[in-house]
Amino acid sequence: MFSVSGKSVFPRSVTRRDILKSLTMGVMAGSVLRVIPAQAAEYAHHLVQSEKASAAGGYTPKFFSPHHYKTLQALCQAIIPPDDHSGGAVEAGAPEFIDLLTSENKDYQLKLGGGLMWLDSACGDRYGKTYLDCSPEQQKQILDLIAYRKNAKIDLSLSQGVEFFAFLRNLTADGFFTSEIGIKDLQYIGNTYLKDFPGCPPVTGA
Amino acid sequence: MAQVIRPPKLYDVCIIGSGAAGGTAAKILAEGGLNVVMLEAGPPLDPARDYKEHFWPYDLEHRGAGVGGKLRGLLNTEFLAPNGAWEIDGEPYISAPGSTFRWFRSRIVGGRTNHWGRIALRLAPVDFKSRSTDGVGDDWPITYQEIAPYYDKVESYIGVFGTKENIASAPDGVFLPPPKPRCTEILVKKTCDEMGILCVPSRMAILTKALNGRPACHYCAQCGRGCITGSNFSSSQVMIPPAQKTGRFTLITNAMAREIIAGKDGKAEAVSYIDKSTRTEKRVKARAFIVAASACESARLLLNSRSSLFPDGLANSSGVVGRYLTDSVGSSGTGYFPQLEKMPPHNHDGIGGMHMYIPWWKFDRKNEFLRGYHIEFYGGRFMPGVGDFDDLCEQYEGYGASLKQKCRAMYGTVIGFEGRGEMIPNERSYCEIDPDLVDQWGIPVLRFHWQWGDNEIRMARDMQETFRSIIATAGGTYLTKANPEGGSRPYGITDGGVIIHELGTVRMGNNPKTSALNKYCQAYDVKNLFVTDGACFVTNPDKNPTLTILALSWRASEYLLDQAKKGNL
Repeated sequence: MFSVSGKSVFPRSVTRRDILKSLTMGVMAGSVLRVIPAQAAEYAHHLVQSEKASAAGGYTPKFFSPHHYKTLQALCQAIIPPDDHSGGAVEAGAPEFIDLLTSENKDYQLKLGGGLMWLDSACGDRYGKTYLDCSPEQQKQILDLIAYRKNAKIDLSLSQGVEFFAFLRNLTADGFFTSEIGIKDLQYIGNTYLKDFPGCPPVTGA
Repeated sequence: MAQVIRPPKLYDVCIIGSGAAGGTAAKILAEGGLNVVMLEAGPPLDPARDYKEHFWPYDLEHRGAGVGGKLRGLLNTEFLAPNGAWEIDGEPYISAPGSTFRWFRSRIVGGRTNHWGRIALRLAPVDFKSRSTDGVGDDWPITYQEIAPYYDKVESYIGVFGTKENIASAPDGVFLPPPKPRCTEILVKKTCDEMGILCVPSRMAILTKALNGRPACHYCAQCGRGCITGSNFSSSQVMIPPAQKTGRFTLITNAMAREIIAGKDGKAEAVSYIDKSTRTEKRVKARAFIVAASACESARLLLNSRSSLFPDGLANSSGVVGRYLTDSVGSSGTGYFPQLEKMPPHNHDGIGGMHMYIPWWKFDRKNEFLRGYHIEFYGGRFMPGVGDFDDLCEQYEGYGASLKQKCRAMYGTVIGFEGRGEMIPNERSYCEIDPDLVDQWGIPVLRFHWQWGDNEIRMARDMQETFRSIIATAGGTYLTKANPEGGSRPYGITDGGVIIHELGTVRMGNNPKTSALNKYCQAYDVKNLFVTDGACFVTNPDKNPTLTILALSWRASEYLLDQAKKGNL
């Protein structure tokens, strides 16, 4: 899905430095070349994407065990699922992003590594199974409990799970909304070269 | 000290620091015909290699959050221009017990002008006459009329946009046209008009037209990442190049000044510095010295330059070096504006910063505090980044399709307000040399003492009330929970240093007993020594200080040039 064949406007040997140079020159050189920066920027993106794509097939988690990584993926996808606008957190690469950060941060390892262990224990206590082996109804039941702080006030034994889930929710939102599909989902428009800034479009109520 | 290498060369002027003050001095002095050497504690800067302009978050594998997510929620994400940080490995500083002070430093050519917000406000006439006006603090040794021609020169050279407004607290300057307002700004402006609060186009050092060989802004909103086209102001791209062009300018990077050496005649004669790349000590000699290392770093260098002639540090017979430390009063609040949910997707980027702002508008009445503040505001449909959805996730909790939909709907509907007010210097806020600790270069480090005064707390309370009333008048919801009383940060007042406007540690004045510098930033005790950065400020008005640093350094450099020509140094 990230193939760049046929899309590139530059030879493969173009370096980032060349691209940046063309970005600079395009703006300085005036209207004739103003189209180049956008193409250069697009090319830079495709380079990154194709690098990612080659590694995406068999992603090996840097920190999490295979079981915990699968659980992480399931939780990320539950937090931000696919809908009719866009794909979910897994398609956006959120689990890879979270795994990378966790592999580098002892605090994250405690919060997330420990949190996933907590979740499996809690599911074990309640349903006699790991989270992944639970039925969809059981998974929903436990998530509905740890997704809201007020539940921990009623049942103190949930409070660690609530903390874990809140932390993971933030990181999942990070991973999703900083991805290409997440940014498209928000319909952010920009990061371009404009000759003039158009200001606010005419709309009633703003 | 047998290994110390002494280059034989004697420069006319040695400048310590390459930021706003140092860069300006380099341009004026080198163009004026002097041989100039500059020491910069960080590496050289290569915009094409170092700047992250036009990257998407997903172009970086950490998405801006840094290794281990350590930069998540901080000002200096991976996207910020390089080498600006709250903490530098091997170069610590200390907050004294009971004090919290944060110190943002940039170790790179151009210093903090690579990272600053580009807000370029003139001080007002009244700002130079605090004591004459309200009996507190001190007057400056210069007036607005004396510095105004230098504001004109700086603005004409670097390019600042704005509009003539004739507001007593916010003098007009030499302005380029402002960019059109964003939707969020039109909304706040309309609300302020209803409330009798001034809201005008901001004044920013960003080119809306090509100027002096630099192209106009291309409106990507990424000034803080560094601008590859040099369309905003940084010392590295605007001040250093003309100095280099003269052929009389030598830049030494990775050179951490340790001490200024004074001769038997009481004049400064050399700077001893650490060459970080070889960890060796070197010296550079000059006829005159400009200390421009940033307010606290400059104070540190003088305090560390002790000798039998200057036992309390160089240029410190008054004992004021390190004292009178101030930062801007900061307090912030955010609001949700439901009407913004109706905005169709559109390009909201603009310049890297605000197109409009709220200057101090209550200068014509009696308030519950002295001096004033302005309000900066931001928000809307900007490029999303890590941490942007934390508050929303915290507020709505849950998960799944409804959370995703909420994020989508709320995106771009929040406006943040940032008050920036004047702090009155007090005896409990200062920096000094820590008696025990040295950095990895063997240089004794700074210890900060910090306490806000009552005036600042009352100002922060007024900021909170203003944010709340603007948001309520616009039909929005106030999202901030600033603790009203007690705690270390009443009314959300920032910790010292957080606004990165630290000033006043080597202040100027008419009395050598109570100030270190005369009105030309020249040390009373050491006449070939000048301190032209934020250290020389007498007060810290509600105006972001960089424009005034540029003007003061320009003025001091012209004076130095004149004195050099007369043979007085």
